[in-house]
Amino acid sequence: MTTLGWVDYAVMLLYFVFVLGIGAALRRYVRTSEDFFLSGRSIPAWVTGLAFISANLGAQEVIGMGASGAKYGIATSHFYWIGAIPAMVFIGLFMMPFYYGSRARSVPEYLKLRFDEKTRALNAVSFAIMTVFSSGISLYAMGKLLHLLLGWSFDLSIFVAAGVVLAYIFLGGLTSAIYNEVLQFFLIVLGFAPLVFLGLRAVGGWSGLVARLADHATATGFAPGAYTRSWAFMGHASTNPVGVEWFGLVMGLGFVLSFGYWCTDFLVVQRAMAANSMTAARRTPLIAAFPKMLFPFLVILPGMLALVVSPTSGVRQEGQVITTSPTSTTSPTSITSTTSTTSGAPSAGIVPPKLDPRTGAPLRDAAGGVVLDYDLATPMMLLHFFPAGLLGLGLTALLASFMSGMAGNVTAFNTVWTYDLYQSYMRPGAPDTHYLAMGRFATVAGVAISIAAAYVAASFNNIMDFLQLVFAFVNAPLFATFALGMFWKRTTGHAAFTGLVAGTLAAALHHGLSLPAGASVGVKGGYLGVVTTFPSELAQTFWTAIVAWTTCFVVTILVSLVTRPRAPEELRGLVYGLTPKLVDTAVAWFQRPVTLAVVVLVVTVILNAVFF
Amino acid sequence: MSLDVRLPIGGFFSLLGLLLTGYGWATLGAPGASPTGLPIDLVWGVALFVFGVAMLGLARRARKPSKERLHK
Repeated sequence: MTTLGWVDYAVMLLYFVFVLGIGAALRRYVRTSEDFFLSGRSIPAWVTGLAFISANLGAQEVIGMGASGAKYGIATSHFYWIGAIPAMVFIGLFMMPFYYGSRARSVPEYLKLRFDEKTRALNAVSFAIMTVFSSGISLYAMGKLLHLLLGWSFDLSIFVAAGVVLAYIFLGGLTSAIYNEVLQFFLIVLGFAPLVFLGLRAVGGWSGLVARLADHATATGFAPGAYTRSWAFMGHASTNPVGVEWFGLVMGLGFVLSFGYWCTDFLVVQRAMAANSMTAARRTPLIAAFPKMLFPFLVILPGMLALVVSPTSGVRQEGQVITTSPTSTTSPTSITSTTSTTSGAPSAGIVPPKLDPRTGAPLRDAAGGVVLDYDLATPMMLLHFFPAGLLGLGLTALLASFMSGMAGNVTAFNTVWTYDLYQSYMRPGAPDTHYLAMGRFATVAGVAISIAAAYVAASFNNIMDFLQLVFAFVNAPLFATFALGMFWKRTTGHAAFTGLVAGTLAAALHHGLSLPAGASVGVKGGYLGVVTTFPSELAQTFWTAIVAWTTCFVVTILVSLVTRPRAPEELRGLVYGLTPKLVDTAVAWFQRPVTLAVVVLVVTVILNAVFF
Repeated sequence: MSLDVRLPIGGFFSLLGLLLTGYGWATLGAPGASPTGLPIDLVWGVALFVFGVAMLGLARRARKPSKERLHK
């Protein structure tokens, strides 16, 4: 078991004190349900911008992107430079005026205003399920990490961590979550920056990393630059570690999944809705895009480095032995520092092999190769390079990422539950204090369901792949609905509802009829019969999203053409062609949304070109 | 909202910076404290402290105009 020093525990304790202190300090400002759920729409743009990015900076980002960095190399940056930035620019420039301007309190409520009640209900229910699932994944990763590094009981860990998140949201509502997300943002950036520096220093800088990954690439059957060039090998799925060709990547990730998540997911949109003005709301995702562009260097590089650093280059040169507790039901591994490697299992760099939870032996794929536990890439880097003190900072940064992700989901869940389900269908017309109390109750319930979901999440290895699958089912068709609803006044409520159902069914059908290479029939797909096989799980996910979006888009148009549209005067402020164009005069020209968008897009193009 | 978020952030990083700086200073030369050849706790502790103080300074500066308005 890794032994932490008193200074490491002191750093964690300091963090918990401040996190809970923020919640306690904000409690007196929460007087109405709008204070609790929407921060009274009073937060400045730079705060909502950092919260916007931090709410997404959960386990799937830090652990999942580190894992993907080790698995796919720099091509993981596509999740940022293609899979996030264009969508963030789009929502800031074109969609936020309708979200914020309509005074909707949630994304499902916008759907009610634009379409009808049944479309809102469908979205609210599916979103609520998705948030608690995501929250559970965050919690699972946190519990596993605490067990892994500190030897805490898995069960106790998730209850303690969930308890802290519950406490600060219960006290201060969305404002508390947002303030803590900003603190967590800085903690994650400042906690991981020295890790990247020390890691690069150990391998001889970027050029050293390129050289070492070239050896790894050729050893695994790829061209030397396959792990360090993001676009050059995307011509065919078999020539890059991601197992996806450029069209599937651009359409599946860059368009459908990315726009489906960033433009319609209430978890992030809620942060912008808390902004203190329309201009601030529009600037929120654009301000968030600046750090988002640079996050690949913070979260992907540690994973890439973990694959090639020498096991004798860091703080704990004696090696790590990964053992598995045979009594655990959730297969958390434990890590033991020792003077010799007793498992004898092969690994790459410091990424350990994935072990069978029952036998403790390394798992092997169909070809007999050892399966690496990529989710441990970033935690292993922390243990490898950080001495006491900085290790406490790094571990606390990891905890912060889990907490911010979980808190984002819980605050979105309590709002959708209270406004879109409880107030709409169970108890309309109650006093505001009743909904405020219900919001706090929903926070407790959301955390409790998240804990249950954490145990479900325990059966997946790469968290990011799983989340993309969930997003493909729920979010991919949703963007077609929003795009048509906001930009085509002819779109009807019946069409939106039918399109969403058809898109989700198409996603399930496509997933059920396809299977990634080497996977078994079941949760990975093929449960309706294997009609087609994809080179990788991500390729299957991207194409599932494309099928879902296209189905929803086509069905929505067709049904709209045969159903009666609403009168144009009912759609003012909800549809692009019927809403007066905004003029931003409140801020200087260089702070305006259009200026920020141009800068963000130019820098993104440059980054893609540099790592092409 | 009346609480400036830069106050808790500045307070947290100032204390964290002091803690790491003090620990890094106290363990200078100790075995295992600078394994990568850099007194990283000390260096990063100072950086965090400077960041924390800067955040506190920004929060303080933002409060000044409102106080002046109150006195007018």
